[in-house]
Amino acid sequence: MLQSKYNHPIMRTILYIIQKEFRQLKRNRQMLPIIFIMPMVQLLILSFAATFEIKNTNLFIVDNDHSQLSRELTAKFKGSPFYTITGYSDDYNTAQKAVELRKASQILIIPTDFERDLYKEDKAKVQIVTDAINGSAAALTNGYALSIIRDFNVNLLVETFPSIDLKDPIDVRYSFWYNPKLDYTTFMVPGILVLLITIIGLFLCGMNIVREKEIGTIEQINVTPIHKYEFIAGKLIPFWIIALFELAFGLTLAKLVFNIPIVGSLELIFGVASVYLIAIMSLGLFISTLADTQQQSMFLSWFCMVIFILMSGLFTPIDSMPEWAKAINIINPIHYFIPVMRNVMLKGSNFADISKYFWPLVCYGFISISLAVWRYRKTS
Amino acid sequence: MPMSEIIQSTEVRESIIYVRDLVKRFGRFVANDHLSFDVYKGEIFGFLGANGAGKTTAIRILCGLSTPTSGQINVAGYDAYLQTEKIKQNIGYMSQKFSLYEDLSVEENFTFYGGVYGLRRKQIKEKTTLLLTRLDLLDERKTVLKALPLGWKQKLAFCVAIMHDPKIVFLDEPTGGVDPITRRQFWDLIYEASHNGITVFVTTHYMDEAEYCERVTIMVDGRIDALDTPANLKLKYNASSMNEVFLRLARTAKATGE
Amino acid sequence: MIILFGMPVVQVLLFGFAITTDIKDAQIAILDKSNDYMTHEITNKLLSSGYFILGANLDKDDQIDKAFKKGNIREAVIFEKNFAEKIETEKKASVQIIADASDPNMANLLFNYSQSILMDYQRQLYKDKKFPLQIQVETQMLYNPELKSVYMFVPGTITILLMLISAMMTSISIAKEKELGTMEVLLVSPLKPFQIVVGKVIPYVILSCINAIIILMLSFFVLGMPVQGSLIFLLAETVLFIFMSLSLGIFISTVSQTQQIAMMLSMFVLMLPTILLSGFIFPIENMPVVLQYFSMIMPSRWFIIIIKAIMLKGSGILFLWKETLILVGLTLFFITMSVKKFKVRLA
Repeated sequence: MLQSKYNHPIMRTILYIIQKEFRQLKRNRQMLPIIFIMPMVQLLILSFAATFEIKNTNLFIVDNDHSQLSRELTAKFKGSPFYTITGYSDDYNTAQKAVELRKASQILIIPTDFERDLYKEDKAKVQIVTDAINGSAAALTNGYALSIIRDFNVNLLVETFPSIDLKDPIDVRYSFWYNPKLDYTTFMVPGILVLLITIIGLFLCGMNIVREKEIGTIEQINVTPIHKYEFIAGKLIPFWIIALFELAFGLTLAKLVFNIPIVGSLELIFGVASVYLIAIMSLGLFISTLADTQQQSMFLSWFCMVIFILMSGLFTPIDSMPEWAKAINIINPIHYFIPVMRNVMLKGSNFADISKYFWPLVCYGFISISLAVWRYRKTS
Repeated sequence: MPMSEIIQSTEVRESIIYVRDLVKRFGRFVANDHLSFDVYKGEIFGFLGANGAGKTTAIRILCGLSTPTSGQINVAGYDAYLQTEKIKQNIGYMSQKFSLYEDLSVEENFTFYGGVYGLRRKQIKEKTTLLLTRLDLLDERKTVLKALPLGWKQKLAFCVAIMHDPKIVFLDEPTGGVDPITRRQFWDLIYEASHNGITVFVTTHYMDEAEYCERVTIMVDGRIDALDTPANLKLKYNASSMNEVFLRLARTAKATGE
Repeated sequence: MIILFGMPVVQVLLFGFAITTDIKDAQIAILDKSNDYMTHEITNKLLSSGYFILGANLDKDDQIDKAFKKGNIREAVIFEKNFAEKIETEKKASVQIIADASDPNMANLLFNYSQSILMDYQRQLYKDKKFPLQIQVETQMLYNPELKSVYMFVPGTITILLMLISAMMTSISIAKEKELGTMEVLLVSPLKPFQIVVGKVIPYVILSCINAIIILMLSFFVLGMPVQGSLIFLLAETVLFIFMSLSLGIFISTVSQTQQIAMMLSMFVLMLPTILLSGFIFPIENMPVVLQYFSMIMPSRWFIIIIKAIMLKGSGILFLWKETLILVGLTLFFITMSVKKFKVRLA
């Protein structure tokens, strides 16, 4: 058994600390469901909620032509599963009010003489007005509308000129790999899992040292021969175990409920997760040593976490970020872990593929633990 | 004044705590102003003074919880600047604010601290049973500390502090907020520990407890204004109780414009 | 604490400049089996669109999977052999686009952009060919013509920050008194419970107001986000929301034994759902119906609607009375619940 310089066995002390932590957790009745059940509930709810897919658009039709053609065009929209017609009018103002009241998010305006212009001059205009508060959703719904109109146009041409050659010379063949159904939950679930275990790791573990500071039990600890790193290790390990356990549980749920593919190796996932957790928890502990009250600690942790999560590529693409933002990501552990989760789970990446994310995490863990141990003073 | 002249017994006493010119400054505020004293092995040493006199600051330095600003301090043979961890291996401590784990049971607290001090499992079990029996709290083994009255908790904290048979046990206001009977029982515990060879360093603001100590110092405004046996002090200041001694001292301090 | 004021600044900056759902500089891999003038022209067109940058030039099909697995490449574009020749003689050649759909939204958007660039190129090739019966579509984007994603985020940021300070920190602060036992002392004092709570809560109210104002100013001046509607109305609604969050925070503290619990509860029951379910990032209309109903009891959802409407559409109280009423109702609900819980404790 490892003996420290001061002649008491290291491992035993750490085990005693871990035992105490678990005993305390067990006693804390209110916390237990929060730690174990809530994250799973969140996983379920949020995975269902998080999607950018546009399932339905509410469309308002302003038809100033009232012709056969305009009715056919309208019918085409009506028949689309992506659209629900929520209003008809001759008056654009009514339409705009509908958008303001959020009864419609898109307006189709067919001008007078639409049919006549098209047949006589081979050219006619329609207008699509979209509520663009949500920019990317607007881009998508705009795209849908355009493709419906284009389809309509093509059909019209073919009906009128059956012999016309409309085939595009450039034949675009496409396929979507790793997630052919474009299932959004497949994308979000690994990310949400990361989010949840990060919260458990960062907050629970982090608040811990401050809590002892606030209550005063840390004095009693400081007066014993416990080593700084034994103490830190003893604080890390129980929550590390809990977080890994949650990961396992979450993965199981993901597979059962959402049918997320787990193509890559589970050992790799847990291996990297272990390192990641150490990195993020040590960060929490380090923050803990900086704060005097739990409130401060929580606020600091929250501050870091929000920034890290938003910049990590969980919700928004990293590629689109400016260079300086990408530079900040160097110290963002979440940004290393999320691609690992996604790539290993969905594409089956192996260690060589993700090593460029792994080693920084190892460095990070090393540095944060050192910071936490260094900052924690037994003698003030 | 050489201590050896005053002490009744004729044995040469070994100094287990050695303090010369201890100064602790917080910014411009001087909490401990050139303290000098010895504590002898096996004695019950009282550190008296009003609240805010600097007792807790001093005791924390002796325990290795705080670094002195200047002065020579040696506890159990180890230097208080560079060898605090060695000091901690040889001492026990009971803080002013109750600091055992309220959400753990009596037994669990003992197990934890016993383990941390390096006791083997068997030893922990034996010690726990021994101490709990002494306190007549064996039935409360599995009770969560939060549910126990303050007096019992204090006594338990004391037992945890001496569980690993340290050379010195530091007690910071151990009887605060407790009824007189419990206080008396507590001092019984202290006597037993002392009898078993543990040096006891206790701070208090209850002047009557001074009578229980072999020697006491009285701190006023960060300085030691008296250091002697209670009997000698009462003689010197022509007082019938330690309380009076203290009041006289405090008045003198005021008179000299402190 | 500097962080208390730095936080809104940082968040606004982040959202304004770093975080966006727009697509830019996505790395693609090109597998060009022809290497002729046409494929080069198309490649150039793709790479100069701003959407794509060159991640890798591949020469074999089996390299594609490997490239994806490394995680940087989002899409692969494969030109078949003799591309230009085939177009000129047979009037038909194929381009294969393989998108990494592990991020389906990205994949969809990238594919759409790629396809439209290809179609554009095609139109240029055949610009002399005239087709009859052309329907031309004019598109207009309302309220946000440049499709700036920041418009989506700023209301959400304000909401989250207010929730954080007013609800989360308040709940922890009151729970702290409970945990450390000082609540009892306060209760025994001549102060009425109401006064105690108000006293605890006032610093956070002030802080929230200041933060809200900072964010609004920053988004107006730095991010260029308009305030179409009445500023007074906006501030009034903000204050209402602050009170709502406070009542929520107080309620949470009445059910929490310790600060840690108050924090975790606030986190899981408030913050996470607020971020994900309130329409901040993900539109509510797209969620499963069950969740849409669920989001109705989320006060943040209503507040985001209100802010967006006032700032971007210039709506007045007439349009927003329903949402405002809901917020008022929720506030009263939580206050009543808190008072009830409090009375139980005192009894």
